[in-house]
Amino acid sequence: MKKTFFYDTHIALGAKMAPFGGYEMPIQYDGIVKEHFYTRQEASLFDTCHMGEFRIEGKNACADLDRVLSCKVSTIKQGQCKYGFICNPQGGVIDDQLIYRFSDDTYFMVVNASTQHNDFNWIASNISTDTKLVNLSAETAKIDIQGPKSVKIIQKLLEKPIEGLTYYSFMNNCFMGNEMLISRTGYTGEIGFEVYCDEKRALKFWNDCMELGAKPAGLGARDTLRLEMGYPLYGHELSENRNAAESGFARAISIDKEFIGCKTVCDGVNIKYLLSGILLEDRRAARNNDVVVDENDNEIGLITSGSFSPSLGRAIALAYIRKDLCRFGVRINVRTDRNKLAGSISDMPFYKLSTARKKMSEFL
Amino acid sequence: MTPDDRKFTKTHEWVKIDGALAMVGISDHAQDSLGDITFVELPSVGKKTAKGKACCVIESVKAASDIYAPLSGEIAAVNREVQSQPETINKDPYEKGWIFKIKDFSIAEFDDLMDSQSYEAFVRSEA
Repeated sequence: MKKTFFYDTHIALGAKMAPFGGYEMPIQYDGIVKEHFYTRQEASLFDTCHMGEFRIEGKNACADLDRVLSCKVSTIKQGQCKYGFICNPQGGVIDDQLIYRFSDDTYFMVVNASTQHNDFNWIASNISTDTKLVNLSAETAKIDIQGPKSVKIIQKLLEKPIEGLTYYSFMNNCFMGNEMLISRTGYTGEIGFEVYCDEKRALKFWNDCMELGAKPAGLGARDTLRLEMGYPLYGHELSENRNAAESGFARAISIDKEFIGCKTVCDGVNIKYLLSGILLEDRRAARNNDVVVDENDNEIGLITSGSFSPSLGRAIALAYIRKDLCRFGVRINVRTDRNKLAGSISDMPFYKLSTARKKMSEFL
Repeated sequence: MTPDDRKFTKTHEWVKIDGALAMVGISDHAQDSLGDITFVELPSVGKKTAKGKACCVIESVKAASDIYAPLSGEIAAVNREVQSQPETINKDPYEKGWIFKIKDFSIAEFDDLMDSQSYEAFVRSEA
């Protein structure tokens, strides 16, 4: 099992550790619910060093990436990033990723931990011979700092002003005299940043953020936060066997270009299910692989993630539901190992008060 | 500190004699491992219990777990407070966080359970 740069920090902070994506990761420190609310109301630090980072460079890099990714790369402006899928030829999802445009010829890609080697090999075999693909994962530290207070905290620590940074844009800032890449992105729904640098600076940055009031949060809270926003998690909502278009993330899929898998992804005939939100009536959670049935007990879908939602005080879930039955408010039941849970198809995000897209000036 | 006025099971329930009844909950170690408890399915009053058999369910943010009856007998009372406020079990597992009471049990079965010292040693051995 691999360890991130923050392993000793997590142990010192009393984290409960568990394997995730090949790494020994913190699940919780103080408790999932506390960390969840601290992120929504204050600011939390997440160790995301387990994730993979690649640099893609060369005069054909843009065209190559437009073939490998479902999102349109050629129209991304310098200083912006975009969410998209790496699809297989059958239209399934090899991984979901974030692509940063550094310049016309240079890009930075962030992928999931467990899939990074497979991603690297797949991309390497599908780009031009003169496009350079470099795996930066081993030497790159990544921290997510998320929550309304994160803006003030990082502005205190960074040398350049961050106020102009809009949602899904990034900049090279300066910390301890060296460059630090920060993007206004994240996986919680709150305003916040993903920060990339080397190990030494990352450890210092983490401690400085804690001194300014940020608290660590584990993968447990990361999961409940993303679920309340309806964000997909690779291996649950996204997989090689599930058509990327069924995820419903239309903005991540460009229909006016050729990319690997596009014939299947862009043909509506292949879309039989749609990723949907399920709002349960009670606190009891549905879990991955529980069956969704209609009021006459006919199977209409499958749960991919589910949990108690701290913000809503009741259980929520994501499920692939037969496309023809996907309408908000439709009453369903979830068959779990032990029970049948009543609920309905819901719009998303489940949590409507998130700050991710708000104006930065409100938080400075 | 593990209270020494009660006995413990290997599945991390505690049992305390309360007059003619046996009061049951989960240990501090168990609530800590489960994390934030979000839902408790109480057994029905009058339901027969069989020692070692699942008789109710506790859910946390992470997972659902069975609670096993530490003694054979019959459910005599349940704690409605942990149903409406499941976090009570996290906050006070040994007093306010009790879950149910059993009647008509055998004291010999109770005597067979671990005392607090043996339970602490058992938890250490499981780590």
